[in-house]
Amino acid sequence: MTAHDPRDGEPQPKTTDRRRFLGYLLAAPTLVAAAQLGDTLLGSSRASAAVPSGPQPSDIVDLNDILTDATLATANLITVTINSDGTASFAMPRCESGQGITTSTAMLIAEELDLPVEKVHVTLADARPELMFNQATYGSNTTISTFTPFRVAAALARQRLLEAAAIELGDTVTNLTTRAGTIIAASGLSTSYASLAQKAATSVSKQVSVTLKPRSEFKVIGKPHSRVDALEAVTGRKGYAMDLAVPGAKPTLICRAPTINGTVKAVRNAAEVRAMPGITDVAVISTGVAVRGETFGQCVDAVRALKVSWGPGSVDGESDDTILAKLKAAEIPLVVPNLPPLTKTIEQVFTFYWKSNSALEPQTAVADVRDGHAEVWACMQTPIFAQQMIAQKLGLPQGAVKAHVVQGGGAFGRRMFPDVMVEAAEASQKMGKPVKLMWHRTDEFRYGRVHPMCISRVRASYLAGNVLSFEQRHTSVATDYTMALGEMITADAAKLVPLGLGNFAEYSQPVFETTANVPYNFGAVTQVLNEIFQWDTFHTGSNRNLYNPDVVTAVELMVDQLAGAMGQDPYRFRRSLLKDPRARAVLDKVAQAGRWGRPMPRGTAQGIALHTEYKGATAALVEIDARPQTSGREVRDGVTGPRVTKVVFAIDAGLPINPRGLEAQMMGGTMDAIGQVLTESLHLKHGTFLEGSWDNYFYPRQWNTPPEMQIIVMPPTTGEPGGAGEFGVAASKAATASALARATGSLPTEFPVNHNGPLAFEPLPTVPSIPQSPTDGLRYAY
Amino acid sequence: MPQHTFRLNGKPVTVDCAGDVRLLWVLRDLLGVTGPKYGCGLDVCKACTCHINGKAFNPCSVPVSQIKETDEITTIEGLPATVGKDLHPMQQAWLDFDVAQCGYCQPGQIMAAVAKVRQARAAGHEIGEADLDEIRNVCRCGTYHRIREAIKAGAKDM
Repeated sequence: MTAHDPRDGEPQPKTTDRRRFLGYLLAAPTLVAAAQLGDTLLGSSRASAAVPSGPQPSDIVDLNDILTDATLATANLITVTINSDGTASFAMPRCESGQGITTSTAMLIAEELDLPVEKVHVTLADARPELMFNQATYGSNTTISTFTPFRVAAALARQRLLEAAAIELGDTVTNLTTRAGTIIAASGLSTSYASLAQKAATSVSKQVSVTLKPRSEFKVIGKPHSRVDALEAVTGRKGYAMDLAVPGAKPTLICRAPTINGTVKAVRNAAEVRAMPGITDVAVISTGVAVRGETFGQCVDAVRALKVSWGPGSVDGESDDTILAKLKAAEIPLVVPNLPPLTKTIEQVFTFYWKSNSALEPQTAVADVRDGHAEVWACMQTPIFAQQMIAQKLGLPQGAVKAHVVQGGGAFGRRMFPDVMVEAAEASQKMGKPVKLMWHRTDEFRYGRVHPMCISRVRASYLAGNVLSFEQRHTSVATDYTMALGEMITADAAKLVPLGLGNFAEYSQPVFETTANVPYNFGAVTQVLNEIFQWDTFHTGSNRNLYNPDVVTAVELMVDQLAGAMGQDPYRFRRSLLKDPRARAVLDKVAQAGRWGRPMPRGTAQGIALHTEYKGATAALVEIDARPQTSGREVRDGVTGPRVTKVVFAIDAGLPINPRGLEAQMMGGTMDAIGQVLTESLHLKHGTFLEGSWDNYFYPRQWNTPPEMQIIVMPPTTGEPGGAGEFGVAASKAATASALARATGSLPTEFPVNHNGPLAFEPLPTVPSIPQSPTDGLRYAY
Repeated sequence: MPQHTFRLNGKPVTVDCAGDVRLLWVLRDLLGVTGPKYGCGLDVCKACTCHINGKAFNPCSVPVSQIKETDEITTIEGLPATVGKDLHPMQQAWLDFDVAQCGYCQPGQIMAAVAKVRQARAAGHEIGEADLDEIRNVCRCGTYHRIREAIKAGAKDM
């Protein structure tokens, strides 16, 4: 390839302005190039427009003012380092928990550096408070917010390597080309990044500008790439917080209250439990009684042996039915529109029960709190917030807390809240020893974060083939947004009085209003949220894709109803009323690839649905089999029911970075969707959730998996990447519900559809709070 | 403290601990073998799936006292050795289909897959959709479809 204009400070043609950015070379032993993360100074079109090649405009003067203080100037930068072995290193201020951002980030850096992806080592940065709002991983925002700054840092490194190579090879920078870590001169002479790593280093930090590679030259971005950690994963070498060997950090579990937010009044047999085999410590902490021992198994024994008097919890009188009544009472009334005579109206309310945010790796944190210092290791979606919460709990200054971000075994919104890290730190402080604190699986379901129960009412009116109004009232148990932007200043705003309105007014409402949408020309459209309870009454959190899996399902089911009422085909009806051509394109794609309308046996059916968010568009076509021979399949301790037999899903993500990773995210989102429609929920009864195991909480298993799945990644449309991690849920959920309605001839209005059927399991006791492990495992060997 | 001896990934090991400690904790907490993951401790999620004498089982639900001195325990770390290569064909299939996402369940999934293929063959058939439906291992990332594809492909090289 040709060098992509590495000339520093030369006037740029107007057409490349959008690709020209400022960054820094930092004083270091080997080459370190840096960019500012975020859009205040660099990376946005506003900044690039403000950074032409002539005299420096005022915002760059401001930047230079900041630069006068070397520490401040470099502290909030993200850096790509070229190592002496020719590899590149990058500590990403984001958290990898399965969504594939270590891979896509390595791809971005490899692209600009002209280095094989395998030679880019992406690690996870410790908590860096100086990054402020820029170290939180949620909202499917990583690639959107880092696409430019990560590339700027890498492009600067490459530019600097070219400058060093020009001297070494006796050529000019413009004559040089790079290929896979080698720099080649016109003469044929070459040198390598490895040999230049030190020569290209600078002893004085300085600001330089760079032009990013044009899209037409992308060789890595947009091409499918397997995960960079795949080999580690399949060999069992990939390490999680639970696998860390921090000296002295022994297994620790917590004995918890029988109801949500219940408190410890007294421990009646602490000395006796402390003397049990393997047990080293017993300590009361804010959320229960922590026990530390040689093995987790012995901690299980100890938790079960503890005799604790418990105070009441925050919701002891509440069950599903009381919550449902409160939600209905809190609905904001629909506006009665002034409609012409003969207008017809349809109205329906949908109920969505609690969904667990549990990942497969339970919450785990290693903490070592001694001598006024704390060091904590965990998978943290909001490490700065975690660091601050830990410091607050321990009574230490924030700077005395080191927070290390570890890759997670799934997150799904659960690791936005530092619950386990704070517990581990508190236990370690009280015991005076390092701990490896893990939530038992049962704790995860009973005391973990949940997507709140909610109802969604939709009323639509139509006349003569036109929809005149479409109104939605979404009413939910409060979603905790106190992790806010991952930083204490904003998190405190979320807790502001009066009555915690900060959480609702500052976060819930804006999140709802900026994510909910009706993508059709439906006349007067309103979507309004109301919430009940305080942000901390239940342990809630934004499960994958926030409100939209429920909001969109309610909308799309009503779109089907409207189409039916007007005698129109659901696909063509949607198509004719869609506002956005990108949405129409994905809809057409799934209809065509999934053969919409093909003849199917009675009891089976197709559903089709659409969802736009995250700067993109998705559509799903789902086929379901609800015939008795399928629904009635029997699986030991499992739930079968109707089976989704085929999914065709199309996504327009703007600019797909890694189509293979995108496919994986959409497949995963679809499995969430299937579970949420058919099998998966928590049941609240007298202040506690009944579920305590994956054989109670029926997240899909293989017997629920569609044998056929096709994910279609649309070609680039916008040139900018959109969000991916959460984008697979809503359209699939709506399409699954829609298919079920058609297959059974009955509109589902409660999700999952089996929630109010006979309970499919025997609930575990609440005292003791965790069950004993079975002893008959060999019986099931196969 | 009683001693327990068994074969782990081809070599004899001995541990000192109470006999009712489940094998998963012996492997993870006492021997530092972390490939088998904890996901529930209830023989439900199957994240800890290993092999005993070539058959899949879940060490979270087997007290160490039930393991005999001659029993061969294979964890994901020891799986490649069973075919004498760097990777077992099933691990290679996992790479070919880029199955893993967070990766947490995948050691258990691979151990289950290998045993499931062997079980089908012992019953006189190649692994099919009905066999795949029987696999209980939870994958919360929802990689199930790629798991199915990878097992069918990996079986061909087993």
